[in-house]
Amino acid sequence: MGLLSKKDVKLITDPLADNNPITVQVLGICSALAVTAALKPSIVMAIAVMFVLAIGSTIISLIRNIIPPKIRIIVQLVIAAALVIIVDQILKAFAYELSKQLSVFVGLIITNCIIMGRFEAFALANSPWRSFLDGIGNSVGFGIILIIVGFFRELLGSGSLLGYPVLGSSVEKTGVYAYGYENNGFMLLAPMALITIGIIIWVQRSRNTALIEN
Amino acid sequence: MEHIELFFKSIFIDNLIFATFLGMCSYLAVSKKVATAVGLGAAVIFVLAITVPLNWLLDVYLLKDGALVWLGPEYAEYDLSFLSFIMFIATIATMVQLVEIIVEKFAPALYNSLGIFLPLIAVNCAILGGSLFMQSREIQTLGLAFNYGVSSGIGWFLAILAIAAIREKIRYSNVPAPLRGLGITFIITGLMAIGFMSFGGMLTGGDEEKTTEQIVVVEPTQQKVEITKEAIDIAKNEKEIKE
Repeated sequence: MGLLSKKDVKLITDPLADNNPITVQVLGICSALAVTAALKPSIVMAIAVMFVLAIGSTIISLIRNIIPPKIRIIVQLVIAAALVIIVDQILKAFAYELSKQLSVFVGLIITNCIIMGRFEAFALANSPWRSFLDGIGNSVGFGIILIIVGFFRELLGSGSLLGYPVLGSSVEKTGVYAYGYENNGFMLLAPMALITIGIIIWVQRSRNTALIEN
Repeated sequence: MEHIELFFKSIFIDNLIFATFLGMCSYLAVSKKVATAVGLGAAVIFVLAITVPLNWLLDVYLLKDGALVWLGPEYAEYDLSFLSFIMFIATIATMVQLVEIIVEKFAPALYNSLGIFLPLIAVNCAILGGSLFMQSREIQTLGLAFNYGVSSGIGWFLAILAIAAIREKIRYSNVPAPLRGLGITFIITGLMAIGFMSFGGMLTGGDEEKTTEQIVVVEPTQQKVEITKEAIDIAKNEKEIKE
């Protein structure tokens, strides 16, 4: 492992569970709740955040010594906004239906607390390679939670995954539906995302008691 | 009439927290005490009331498709809407900085209670989200934009006030250890969101026909908002035809 020292590997693995941006650092909740009604938008959002966070962190880290402290928030916002505009245009060009589904939440990646939080807490004080790794680690941690929530919401809410009906057809009553199972449409609505994340936090803190608050 | 409808719709039905989850991070972080929650909520109303109309002006006279036509007819085809994100966030950051300076100079008491939250608010999703929703829902006039800003802010304020009050009370309850703090807050917010869903039928009752209001539960919330909006428009048209 010539390129990645032990400390560097920790930068990637910590945010996956112990320092997860959503469940531990409490950042990036907004998009975690809003776009996870189906699995595909969740995956696309995770990839978009990875692009903005990894590249943005690297850029901020490269110019960290020449940013005047008084305007650093504005500089961070401008860099994040520019990268998000790129992501938005790419989405509109190659996946128009999906970009309509994500609507304003692509734009809201700019103010996604993970982006601003990691820029402020890490990229401004660390070298470019480590900032890049930190960006990757945090966005993968973010992505894991998004995919878990999206998975359950889509499976229980519309009986499909990535658009493919996996439990049988509810119209023709095949598969599980033949036994009287019905889709829980409520899972697709906003409140259930909150409760799902609450349950994920419950499970995580039961297994890792160091995270319990007093 | 439109104003009143938009006002109540933005507070209860399209509540920034419970319907679209904007501003969750500061909502969760600041809601441990009612006093700080009130401060942050007031600051959010203030900033939304200023930035949404400003961004509306930017959108209509600069960014929209064909917006630059006032400069001269040859500019009618310019569509600068891809610059929206950067322009909106720049306006918000600048306005927040300006407001902070003005408040510090002219109302030091207000600054002492609000002041620490103002820089935090520039990056709050709720503020940018308010402007983006104003743009995507195509709000028609400056007055309506101001109305939308204030009422969205009031909705957010209501939400954070409620959760802070509840969190203060459950500090003395017997919450299971892994759920303490963050976990139970998520679940309570979820339950409150379910409660707020009951407001969904608020604006479509009365002498309108029943067929215009159909909330299809299995579709994602985005589409539900559009369908209810269409239903309200259809109802309005029918009313006009009747008169």
